[in-house]
Amino acid sequence: MTAAPDTQGKTATPQVMDKWRRRGLQAFLAITAFVWLVPLLWAFYTSLRPFSDTAERGYVSIGGTYNFDNYTQAWTDSEMLKFFINTMWITIPAVILILFFASMAAFALSRFSFRFNLLLLMIFTAGNLLPQQVIITPLYRMFLALPLPEFLSPSGVFYDSYFGIITIHVAFQMGFATFVLSNYMKALPGDLNEAAFVDGASVWRQYWNIILPLTRPPLAALAVLMFTWIYNDFFWALVLMVTGDQRPITSALQNLNGTFFTNNNLVAAGSLLAAIPTLVVFAVLQRQFVAGLTLGSTKG
Amino acid sequence: MSTRSEVEVAVARERTKRKRFRLLTNRDLGVLVFMLGLPALIHVFFVWVPALLSILLSFSRWDGIGGVEAIEWIGLTNYEQVATIYPPFWPAVVHNLIWLGFFILIATPFGMFLAVQLDKEMKGSKFYQNALYVPVVLSLALVGFIWQLIYSPEQGLINNVLGRTDPENLIDWLGNPSINLWMILIAASWRHVGYIMILYLAGLKSVDPALKEAAAIDGATSRQTFFHVVFPVLKPINIVILVITIIESLRAFDIVYVTNKGTNGLELLSVAVTNNIIGEASRIGFGSALAVILLIVSLGIIIPYLWRTFRADEVAA
Repeated sequence: MTAAPDTQGKTATPQVMDKWRRRGLQAFLAITAFVWLVPLLWAFYTSLRPFSDTAERGYVSIGGTYNFDNYTQAWTDSEMLKFFINTMWITIPAVILILFFASMAAFALSRFSFRFNLLLLMIFTAGNLLPQQVIITPLYRMFLALPLPEFLSPSGVFYDSYFGIITIHVAFQMGFATFVLSNYMKALPGDLNEAAFVDGASVWRQYWNIILPLTRPPLAALAVLMFTWIYNDFFWALVLMVTGDQRPITSALQNLNGTFFTNNNLVAAGSLLAAIPTLVVFAVLQRQFVAGLTLGSTKG
Repeated sequence: MSTRSEVEVAVARERTKRKRFRLLTNRDLGVLVFMLGLPALIHVFFVWVPALLSILLSFSRWDGIGGVEAIEWIGLTNYEQVATIYPPFWPAVVHNLIWLGFFILIATPFGMFLAVQLDKEMKGSKFYQNALYVPVVLSLALVGFIWQLIYSPEQGLINNVLGRTDPENLIDWLGNPSINLWMILIAASWRHVGYIMILYLAGLKSVDPALKEAAAIDGATSRQTFFHVVFPVLKPINIVILVITIIESLRAFDIVYVTNKGTNGLELLSVAVTNNIIGEASRIGFGSALAVILLIVSLGIIIPYLWRTFRADEVAA
């Protein structure tokens, strides 16, 4: 599948030209890749230097001290750990619920033919493509009005509670996950159901024992993708979570910037700290992340 | 596809449908309704109900105080005011259009171009690919912070390299309303290009190599092969990429909000909506009218796209 034929012989131009063109391309890609890394490298470099050094020598300079003090300061002053924990309270339940609900819906939509199958799938997918701001105004009022028991929300309503934030993530991202999973399940052989029916397996057992285990690859891919997306959410928590201390890290950065991150060295350290979980995803779970992204565009 | 075969497909499908449902017991049917119903209910209640309420509330005046009975119905007044006396509206429309134009004409084609080059699998391809794709895992809010380190007037990379950090000659990249949108677009493209590259590369890998070989045997150059063979074959992916580009342009919010809360040259429709709920004055009807404008534009893209995708599926099934 990845066997890319060599470009040699594809063109009518002589071999020499081809070689030079390849070198040119190589150089172009190398430069582009380097340019792409500059912002992160620059942030890292800035973060390693004490503010006094950069103030004295300028930001574009070498020499002086290099250490991780900015990280320690950014971490402790802003109580960053708290915001990471907040993020986990939201992200982990949300991802699990999304996969659970979306796989159920996808199973029903892909393995059985209802009259409204297509319409429902379209509603799910379209909902996920809407800009979040389209629904925020009424949603904000709904969140203020809808009651929740005390143990789910100290505020007594959806607004300003983890439960509320989890709910909107689940409702919103479910569309994409359902779309991806139903495409995948559709491609599984139909005989699986038929055989199970003959054996007298209930619909639930077909879902849980037969289809779901076969759906592991896209579930893993979606889990990674959803984790990243929800971790990266800025908007929902900004609007629907008023207590600053309860905000997840991505939304909290807005307040930390200027209050605790008072110079670029600290901004750099704080930003990179906040980026660590997703950079770990990039490094370790890259395959799943890319698979998740592309599952939605290429039919699984 | 001819009408005749479409009919045949429909008939065949109808037959299997009947067969399947005969096999279901009442209990199984109940379980299925639950499995589909609960997710559908959550999704519709928290996404589509607010979307429809946006439309309804856009014809009203309500500051959110005094409950639902305090809502005053005022017809199209909100829309009239949005278009005539709301200062950020037209700048926001223009900025969203510039955003869209920049992405469609520059960032997205560049991402596709890089994917095509990386697909040639030269030495180091994997490394280049990774470098381009790192920003994709970062949030746009974080992208905003990281680029602050480059743009900021006194402590930023560019001004320090240019030696323009003195108050009298510094360039305020993010503060000057005639350039800041473009600077933000560059920062946003840093992420967008990688995103498009990854998607398109996956598409390119799915193209049957035999097609390219056949074109090469016929004497096509690699450029001809791409434009006449690969690009047309990738039509579904091309459409996905176009839709993603448009939607991302409409959604743009985080990066301008962390930069200056979407003011002073960075007004966007998404920010305008948000400011009418979390700003000092909560103007629900007015904010809804802005949201409806965004909704109509979005659905104008989303519905034809989904219609096309799912209909093609149906026929192919």
